[in-house]
Amino acid sequence: MAETALSAPAADAAPEIDLDELKRMRQRRNERIGAWALPVIVVALTLLGWDWIVRANEIPHYILPGPGRVAESLYEDWSILFSALMVTLKVTTMALFTAVVLGVGLAILFSLSKWIEMSLFPYAVILQVTPIVSIAPLIFIYVDSKLAGLLICAWIVAFFPILSNTTLGLNSADHNLRDLFRIYGATRWQTLRHLQIPSAMPYFLAGLKIAGGLSLIGAVVAEYVAGTGGVGSGLAFRILEASYRLNIPRMFAALLLIAVTGVLIFALMSLINHLALRKWHESAVSRER
Amino acid sequence: MEGIVPEEHQTGGSAGHADPLLRVANVSKVFGGQVTALRGMSLDLGEGDFVSLLGPSGCGKSTALRLIAGLTHPTSGQIRWRAGTEPDLGVVFQEPTLAPWSTVFGNVWLPLRLRGISKAAAKDQVEEVIASVGLAGFEGAYPRELSGGMKMRVSIARAMVTRPKLLLMDEPFAALDEITRFKLNNDVLALQQRLGCTVIFVTHSVFESVFLSSRIVVMAARPGRVVHDMPNDAPYPRDEGFRTSHDYVERCRAVSAALRDAMEHGAGHEEH
Repeated sequence: MAETALSAPAADAAPEIDLDELKRMRQRRNERIGAWALPVIVVALTLLGWDWIVRANEIPHYILPGPGRVAESLYEDWSILFSALMVTLKVTTMALFTAVVLGVGLAILFSLSKWIEMSLFPYAVILQVTPIVSIAPLIFIYVDSKLAGLLICAWIVAFFPILSNTTLGLNSADHNLRDLFRIYGATRWQTLRHLQIPSAMPYFLAGLKIAGGLSLIGAVVAEYVAGTGGVGSGLAFRILEASYRLNIPRMFAALLLIAVTGVLIFALMSLINHLALRKWHESAVSRER
Repeated sequence: MEGIVPEEHQTGGSAGHADPLLRVANVSKVFGGQVTALRGMSLDLGEGDFVSLLGPSGCGKSTALRLIAGLTHPTSGQIRWRAGTEPDLGVVFQEPTLAPWSTVFGNVWLPLRLRGISKAAAKDQVEEVIASVGLAGFEGAYPRELSGGMKMRVSIARAMVTRPKLLLMDEPFAALDEITRFKLNNDVLALQQRLGCTVIFVTHSVFESVFLSSRIVVMAARPGRVVHDMPNDAPYPRDEGFRTSHDYVERCRAVSAALRDAMEHGAGHEEH
């Protein structure tokens, strides 16, 4: 009954929006709102719940500080935490940058020569499967500069996804397109530049997303192992130091900074991914329906 | 109708080319020392010929095309271009095989780009050939924004942009719907007539081969080889009128008979 009543005027109205369409539009609008509203609500509820648990049970702040206390610590210790954040961030970005340069460079070398790939790939795998915490002490014995040591550790962790993804990408060019390049007598360099590198882009960017997070983890873990303090120490050392002093609010504040940094790095990598691929790659193209 | 009578394949291909553009002389291709993909193929290609290679799957059509393209080398026999002629060809694959990261312009520019011709220098040539396949105005579109037929047109434009003497087409329209295929057949034929290039067209469609080609080479499988080499002398230009004519139907009937013969009794015709 309701259907017949609705369909009659709809036939007269010029813009053809049927019930399905209307439902879909409503659903899309709800999803758009939910995409930001839900996380905000969940985070707010978590904070409220956290605060309530701490208050209701009268938990002392050196065991579990409430969210207010953490925010306070973040504000009061900002100068210490911020300079520590900058150190960690420096190691992270430098490690990521080095991982990109060497990872992509080595992947290109691999694609140019099967012999080099067969010779060196085992070492890349060995570096990848050996836990960084077990190599780090050795690195700090042999490398004098603490910054260089941290950098090497973070780099080892971030390097492999870039290398392996880019290698896979460079080898995954459409074989008919490869034939076409051969028919036109393309040089090795032209094939690399106009065929393999564009084909490898989505793979490389997926590796970059993983490597971004890993370089932060590498930087933090390496600092735990290095364990030395002083002026140029990063967030991980501040966490260790705060735990020795039972300054739990500061531990939470530093942890919060690391988490936020990780999220921002991931968001930045996703943005780069989107900007680079939005014109042509299925993963980044927005679709109707 | 006389020209369409199946004749026994003879070494050296159909008559008449004193100085062929390309000569395929008794070429065989064996893979891995045991699988004979092609046995004793001979074919002379004259300038302006439109030759269809017609046969069931596994008859070595695509192998023949790859050999001519220089992507693989014959186990025995020779492929020779006319003395003083550089190998000069364009290829259209079964799939459009476009670079998805590149626009229509970028894809068509590619062969020229690989020869070191800059975007500015190639612009007129590229735009002209894009217009000639009916895609003017789509230069900036990406492949994913195009229909299957349009992608194939880009692929054809890319093959034609260097004005090759020889165009190789490997079942280019097999994956398209019939309406699109008819339209593309008309357009390819018009383009070939205008530019006067030589075409080798691999197909498994009798109707397509009769509509397009000036010569139909019927092949048989296991091992892949040529069994009939039939001239198809219906006058060009051929249009929709030809496609519905009695003459066309008769020619299709004759070629079908030759193809059936190749598939059923192919082994008996072996010469080499």
